[in-house]
Amino acid sequence: MIVPLNHILLVAAALFFMGLSCTLVRRNLVMILIGVEIMLNAAGLVLVAGSAFWQQLDGQLMVMLIMAVTAAEVAVALAMVVYLHGRTGTIDVNTFKDMQG
Amino acid sequence: MASLLFYLLAATALLATLLCITRRSPVHAVIFLINAFFALALMFYLLGAPLIAAWEVIVYAGAIMVLFLFVIMTLELSPDSQRPALSRGQWAPALLLFLLLLVSAGLILTFDPASQASVPLFYASPRSFGAALFDRYGLAVEIVSFQLLFAAAGAYYLGRRRKAHQAEESS
Repeated sequence: MIVPLNHILLVAAALFFMGLSCTLVRRNLVMILIGVEIMLNAAGLVLVAGSAFWQQLDGQLMVMLIMAVTAAEVAVALAMVVYLHGRTGTIDVNTFKDMQG
Repeated sequence: MASLLFYLLAATALLATLLCITRRSPVHAVIFLINAFFALALMFYLLGAPLIAAWEVIVYAGAIMVLFLFVIMTLELSPDSQRPALSRGQWAPALLLFLLLLVSAGLILTFDPASQASVPLFYASPRSFGAALFDRYGLAVEIVSFQLLFAAAGAYYLGRRRKAHQAEESS
């Protein structure tokens, strides 16, 4: 591979920033979850690049664990989205700013 | 050749992600994100992680994003009618983080000599991947499997309770 490590890091940083800005700026619950997905993938790219750079498998193993954690997180979060939509009829996060606890 | 392919894929992933986060309709956003995940999967393959690349397609694009599509279609979400709020309180942290990103990118490009080195060729066969996973991270695999079970139970609970709630209201 002829790609320098810092170029991969730059791509991953840009992806992470886009996910973060999506999470911060959008007011739609589904779009916020999509932003979280983008951030997790950017982290995975850094881990795989580090795994190749240092010729160790641990980074790739960590990506596998991240994928499992993401699947669990998405299952619960989307169930919660469906639940909130059933209760209030909207998934705009401004609706839920009065929530306590 | 491989590096050219990598830069093309990186550009594809960045462009698709940018389109994804700017779409009004969540369905379009999910489709663009699946596009970005395919590009990322090929980048993983080029970086010597064929198993991760396959899982990126199967688990992320195939399962998680399809779950998103299911939820969007179940709820019949309409595209956001109003533009995202442009209040300063919401944009200030994003701008601050963008500046931080620029500064750290500049630092990476100019100062750090270790990261200027090329990533060497590396290939993790599924066999060595599995051996390393179950040799060194057996406990983590067990914990993650428990976590998936708990997540499934939690999702089931949330889904059921809403039906009971609606039944209460309608009766």
